[in-house]
Amino acid sequence: MNRTLLTLACTLAVSAWLSACGSRVDLKDEVPVESRSATGSTSGSGTGSTPSQSQVTTVTAGRGDGDAAAMAEALRAVGRTVYFDFDSFVVRDDGKRVVDAHAKVLAADRSRRMMIEGHTDDLGGREYNLALGQKRALAVLNSLTLLGVSPNQLEAVSFGKERPSVDGANDAARAKNRRAEIKDAR
Amino acid sequence: MPVAIAPFRAEAAGNAATSAIVRADLERSGLFKLLTPAQALDDRSPLPQAEMRAAGADALLTGSSVRMADGTYDIRYRLWDAVKGQELLARAVTVPGDDLRLAAHRVADEVYEKLTGDRGVFATRIAYVTKSARQFVLHVADSDGEGGRVALTSAEPIISPAWAPNGRDLAYVSFESGKAVVWVQDLQTGRRSTIANFPGTNSAPAWAPGGNQLAVTLSRDSVAQLYLINREGGQPRRLTVSSAIDTEPVFAPDGRQIYFVSDRGGAPQIYRMSLDGSTPERVTFQGNYNISPTISPDGKTLAYINRQGSAYRVTTQDLASGTVRTLSDTQADESPSFSPNGRLLVYASRAQGRDILMTTTLDGSIKTRLLSSGLDVREPAWGPFAR
Repeated sequence: MNRTLLTLACTLAVSAWLSACGSRVDLKDEVPVESRSATGSTSGSGTGSTPSQSQVTTVTAGRGDGDAAAMAEALRAVGRTVYFDFDSFVVRDDGKRVVDAHAKVLAADRSRRMMIEGHTDDLGGREYNLALGQKRALAVLNSLTLLGVSPNQLEAVSFGKERPSVDGANDAARAKNRRAEIKDAR
Repeated sequence: MPVAIAPFRAEAAGNAATSAIVRADLERSGLFKLLTPAQALDDRSPLPQAEMRAAGADALLTGSSVRMADGTYDIRYRLWDAVKGQELLARAVTVPGDDLRLAAHRVADEVYEKLTGDRGVFATRIAYVTKSARQFVLHVADSDGEGGRVALTSAEPIISPAWAPNGRDLAYVSFESGKAVVWVQDLQTGRRSTIANFPGTNSAPAWAPGGNQLAVTLSRDSVAQLYLINREGGQPRRLTVSSAIDTEPVFAPDGRQIYFVSDRGGAPQIYRMSLDGSTPERVTFQGNYNISPTISPDGKTLAYINRQGSAYRVTTQDLASGTVRTLSDTQADESPSFSPNGRLLVYASRAQGRDILMTTTLDGSIKTRLLSSGLDVREPAWGPFAR
């Protein structure tokens, strides 16, 4: 069934899966594909670079492993960060691609658990920001469960303003810090 | 009130000098004008009444601080009413070297109480968190921020320290397990345990006056809501049931009411409710962002952070009259905490790109920066009177 899903997705060229299938990235989308993972490493293609038109990502078909590899590749491609507007807790269209990719991975493997960490910018108090970050994490959690993920696979937590992705008291830094990061549970 | 303080005979040099600690303490209270006598005086000197009158001093403190062969200190001091020519205090104490600063703060407390009739807070302690490159450290220090001792170090954030009424246990939020969890630590033994570690975020601990229970913010069921939990942990009792954020609980001194922050009206405001779960009543009305409430020990004054334009400022509200007063003119104040006598507030702020701690008198007239460590210092919590 997993393979069927993947095949279907590629065949129909669902936008959220374009990158996973080795196609081009939508250039209208200005959101940087970048995330800080649990170990602090950076993945994704970074900002501003135009992807090669001739790029082909190899997918190896196999006894189930190929699906997992492809889905892992899908997560790498969309990144694991959902960004939010100022004072907002609504998952934007660019964040929905991230949510969709994670929903597929989680639906395919019910034993897999993920942690959603909500974050805020540096404005205001620590405790209130902790609660605001939790609302962002919950927004992503709810989006995932609407796509069929079991709540038991998920935990929404918050770091408030305690763990910024980018330092700096300016609008650009703040836009990058208003986010939720989806990570594999420890 | 003009008070002369003579350097203590044989005391240490510089900031560690007993008389310098007493002087800085009294200065920070905002109630005294500190003078230095022209002549050398100590605890054995008679009162130079004519000189004091000429200098305009109402009171004089003299003393000595002598290091003994066994490493202890013999501290003697005398406080004079320079106008009436009467001795107000005369004491001798011996303290271990480790307690030299504490002894100086106790001298300041005695002088303060003798001259104002109010209990001093200089020998109390303040908890705060420092942040360096990748290290968070929870400190417990003297009320002037000095003499800090490390209670906890972590690679992950530590926030919201809260003193138990016994002055020995500290609750706080640590992210060491990868999420926000509420811990309680015995400062003397270092023994610690989690008291709220539920799915989601656990935060904002506040001790009930009796010390047997804490109010905490949990997001185990949905958004942040208030719960009551026993000192030993166990199953929490839910206090608020709203679809909005409810957080930052703090008990009124009588223990019957809780003040907290809620954005149920669309923006964060301070509310209060009875512990029996009565309908919360809104308390703050000026501005559209009021957070981090704390109540004075007499229950009469609410201090909090009020957003004014892009600035976040320490503000007080008289709970009887509703009169609101902004105490600072800085940009990013946080976490106000009352001194146990209710005369001062300690709060976090920012200056030159650093997190710093400040104290202020309740009229905002005297502000003092605590510590100049070169680290980011934040999350102050003023401890109770020593028992």
